[in-house]
Amino acid sequence: MATTAHSHHNYIKIFIILSVLTAVEIAITLLGLPRTLLVAMLVGLAVWKAALVALHFMHLKIEKKTLTLVAIVPFVLCIFLSLMLLPDVYPR
Amino acid sequence: MSEAVAVHGAVDPAETPLTPENWGKLGMWLFLAGDAMSFGGLIVAYGALRHHSKSWPVPAEVLGINLTALMTFLLIVSSVTMVLALAGLQDGDKPRFKKFMSLTILGGAIFLGLQAYEWTHLIGHTLPHYNLAFSKDLFATTFFVLTGFHGMHVTGGVIYNSCVLAAVNRGRYQAKHVEIAGLYWHFVDLVWILIFTFVYLL
Repeated sequence: MATTAHSHHNYIKIFIILSVLTAVEIAITLLGLPRTLLVAMLVGLAVWKAALVALHFMHLKIEKKTLTLVAIVPFVLCIFLSLMLLPDVYPR
Repeated sequence: MSEAVAVHGAVDPAETPLTPENWGKLGMWLFLAGDAMSFGGLIVAYGALRHHSKSWPVPAEVLGINLTALMTFLLIVSSVTMVLALAGLQDGDKPRFKKFMSLTILGGAIFLGLQAYEWTHLIGHTLPHYNLAFSKDLFATTFFVLTGFHGMHVTGGVIYNSCVLAAVNRGRYQAKHVEIAGLYWHFVDLVWILIFTFVYLL
């Protein structure tokens, strides 16, 4: 029972972090930062939030590693896809 | 029996093999991995097309952030109610499960209502004002394809979650089935987090 109470507490904590990060995302779009810095910060925050959802809500943090492996594959392939498109996006 | 023990002993203690109890979860994760690549393909295509376009409207100006921020918050809340529903059922507290599962379904339904309102407003007022339209320019087309594909997933999730709630009520589904439905629902939330950044904020 003590462990479940602890995990509930954890869910609420993750919820608060996700809400704060969303507020931070909106706040930094209003700051008028240089484009590259803004993109880097927003993508970083989005990946952070997505990782929090996968690790805590989807339980990857306490799951068997096989499932984490399955979850990582599309992420790697999408990065690979982006890299393969670079020659088209930046033609010389 | 001793042979089974010997086989188990050969396995790295850090990682036990997946048991039949995990197969449902593994199946859902495999589906989600494929689904993630569909979304990934669309998002990468969006990035490439946007980069190649001579002019691209400022998304925040055309689409607006306030309503979408509320929708993002709503999906995060519905993810939290989903884990609380699962925790309730795992504790054997069915009323708590029903309460939080209903809230999860309600959150998804409100999200869809807000998206319908957003689309109606965009199609009827905002996009014509900027001389944009679906299938006429890449900004509107990529927007509707990405948010529409996600919206279909939310619709599917609301139906899925409603079926799971009904099946638990009739005693046919247990906590493990709810956990699998939860994986799908959190994935929909996770994808929206990325879409919110790439389509609305950037």
